[in-house]
Amino acid sequence: MQQGLGGELDELYQEVLLDHYRNPRNTDRMDDPTSEVDAINPFCGDEIHMQLGLDGDKVASISVTGQGCSISQAAGSLLTEIVDGKTTTEARELRELFREMMTGEEVSDEVADRLEDSLALQGVRRFPVRIKCALLSWSALIDALDKVAPPN
Amino acid sequence: MSPAKNLDVESIRADFPILTRQVNGRTLTYLDNAATSQKPSQVIQSLVDYYERYNSNVHRGVHTLSIEATEAYEDARGKVQRFINAPSPESIIWTRNTSESLNLVAYTWAETNVGAGDEIVTTAMEHHSDIVPWQQLAMRKGATLKIIRETENGRLDMEHAAELITERTKIVATTHMSNVLGTVVDVKALADAAHAVGAVILIDAAQSVPHMPVDVQALDCDFMAFSAHKMLGPTGIGVLYGRPEILEVMPPWMFGGDMILEVSYEDASWNDLPYRFEAGTPNIADAIATGAAVDYLEALGMDNVWAHEQQITAYALDRFSELEGINLLGPREVEDKGAVISFSHESVHSHDLGTALDQLGIAIRTGHHCAMPLIRSHGIVSAARASFYIYNNEAEVDVLIDGLEEAQRYFSKAGIA
Repeated sequence: MQQGLGGELDELYQEVLLDHYRNPRNTDRMDDPTSEVDAINPFCGDEIHMQLGLDGDKVASISVTGQGCSISQAAGSLLTEIVDGKTTTEARELRELFREMMTGEEVSDEVADRLEDSLALQGVRRFPVRIKCALLSWSALIDALDKVAPPN
Repeated sequence: MSPAKNLDVESIRADFPILTRQVNGRTLTYLDNAATSQKPSQVIQSLVDYYERYNSNVHRGVHTLSIEATEAYEDARGKVQRFINAPSPESIIWTRNTSESLNLVAYTWAETNVGAGDEIVTTAMEHHSDIVPWQQLAMRKGATLKIIRETENGRLDMEHAAELITERTKIVATTHMSNVLGTVVDVKALADAAHAVGAVILIDAAQSVPHMPVDVQALDCDFMAFSAHKMLGPTGIGVLYGRPEILEVMPPWMFGGDMILEVSYEDASWNDLPYRFEAGTPNIADAIATGAAVDYLEALGMDNVWAHEQQITAYALDRFSELEGINLLGPREVEDKGAVISFSHESVHSHDLGTALDQLGIAIRTGHHCAMPLIRSHGIVSAARASFYIYNNEAEVDVLIDGLEEAQRYFSKAGIA
């Protein structure tokens, strides 16, 4: 008798991810964002709309809405939680750490701490075709930052 | 009990080595045939034969290998000609794929025949490759692109077509069968409407030529485009059929070896058809293998292929109607519908469904299917698609339905379905 779904699939669809997909955080649209970006994944049509409110060099508010698969939408929601309150430099660093995690780098305890709940997306690594879903909102973040606060 | 068998699916399956492959611990259930078909041993072997026994350039050597390669290459063209009942081998031009065939028409015939104020008519159910070349042409020329609507039941609105095809129309570019909806378009009626106003008709037959008998003369079509890889052939080769009178006066597109007659340092003159449109060393091996694919399909008989697909589509439509939470796109009845079933789940995104089915060894397509405007017009951003071919059987439809039910249970337990 063959086994049903589960196993590897459970590593992908972890509870944290499912929770953020069911109840995405920080979805209130701002009237006057410092920067905003629409990102589309041309391969699948997933969409992320990101708004940033900067206070000096700090991310004072962030909002993500969109349409797409559970991975892309949950990753966007998870992103808002760790980027909120960070400096633009720290936000860029987080993106690098997240990308390294997705491309297979060993995750140290320190990196795991910094990525907080986004660590739950580690399971996506085993499904290479879905990695781009997890990265979509992070590239939107960089585009949004580049518009108003280009890297030094 | 099923009606009389149109195809001996079990013996066909034995010709396709890939169908015994294991994926994630299950035997592959390949239901992504509208994207590309699998290849029988006969086609694979023809590639091996060419490279092992007579690999050589064509049209330029006097040695034995070159003569054999040229014969096989031209023989394959003749097979394609007979397969679609084209009037002459010269009316068959080898390209890379359907997209290149469509672009060839947009950059040659249309470049000289479409001008400011002219209209190009296409349909709401085109693949991007039959929309974007015409959008770009319209922008270059100051022409207008008109889109024939889809009806509520997933058919092409022929009354709207009659309104849009006017004296201003220069070309009607239409799909023969939608890669998303499976809808078979009455292209003969569109050809008649186009010809009545002095326009030409181009048929994107990527989804029809592999699955049904197609006769370019009976359809009275001016151009037809299709790819070998969706009809058991290799990737990297496609066909453009052109009505000989039109091709005769059409300017070349790419310049280089094989397409010239005479070259001086100052000027050049063009070779005869079809070589005028085949610059450079062609895709010899894949053309020959396309001939082997045509042989395979002809041995089955295209009437039988179509009848088999109608039967499996009817069965699949019936089984899909049992599923909760699944919405079908396109016609619900099998008449004039190819073996393509696109669907969306009311809450689970198609990529999540696709990943779950892959865990069960089932290959379907997910996403926008290179038809973003059509998918969006249905109020969704993504759909899943199962598409069938000669080697698929009803047992595989059952595997798919069971897989969807299992995915439904999984995502329901996860709280997202």
